[in-house]
Amino acid sequence: MLRIFLALAAGSLFGAGLMLSGMTDTAKVQGFLDIFGNWDPTLAFVMGGALLPMALAWRLTEGRKPAAGGSFPAPPSAELDRRLVLGSVLFGIGWGLVGLCPGPAMASLSYNSWQGALFLAAMACGMIAAPAVSRHLDRGAASA
Amino acid sequence: MQADWIWGLGGGLLIGLGGAVYLLGNGRIMGASGILGGLLDGSGRNTAAERIAFIAGVIGMPLLIGLLTGGTPNTHVTSNAAVLVLAGLLVGVGTRVANGCTSGHGVCGISRLSLRGIAATAVFMLAGILTLAVLRQLLGVI
Repeated sequence: MLRIFLALAAGSLFGAGLMLSGMTDTAKVQGFLDIFGNWDPTLAFVMGGALLPMALAWRLTEGRKPAAGGSFPAPPSAELDRRLVLGSVLFGIGWGLVGLCPGPAMASLSYNSWQGALFLAAMACGMIAAPAVSRHLDRGAASA
Repeated sequence: MQADWIWGLGGGLLIGLGGAVYLLGNGRIMGASGILGGLLDGSGRNTAAERIAFIAGVIGMPLLIGLLTGGTPNTHVTSNAAVLVLAGLLVGVGTRVANGCTSGHGVCGISRLSLRGIAATAVFMLAGILTLAVLRQLLGVI
């Protein structure tokens, strides 16, 4: 029960942050990526603001256990594989095209836009198809 | 607007606070694509309840703020259905293949000084920048 309550709290903070920061406004997101146009630096402040509590949280994990039990995520891998790079390229193109990433796409259901819902539905289809794409990339890597 | 950066910073702090609660509370990395994707492809079946609770918060809190303040946020999402579907597919496939998005690789990865998180964020930002450079500045289509 504690896990579910904490997940709801985390999601609520995330959702509030997305809305208040302007991450749900695709004009601001595209404005940040449009460095050769009318550049809007707001997103840099969003990322900067988000990194502060998170960096502190990572420090607080040392020598502790999660409040709801279990263990903290293992130390990150340093391996940069083709999945990471190619997946990020595809994501970046889609993100630039419309200005929505997964969090704001979910949050968009809260303000009743058919555009957000259509994007979210397509994103869900992409997520379901992704394991097959990953396997294809791995086969390509093995034969290369 | 002059105050945009203050809202950006404040909203960013809330996003990071959400990630801190999820990490210190449940021992998990707050990645929006991983939380939703694990529900959709079945890989997160054991943790479905907390994933659903997280998503309920992501949708519910902006809804609540909207109801309390009596306004919907500015969104500016394109109404071009073909572009929406194409971009949605790319974001869905890409974030799952790369195992992370703006929140997971960006917020949670960079704050941990993860090489994968930093590299992924650099790559998807660069891809987004090039997309805008070509399609908006060069071709003027988006």
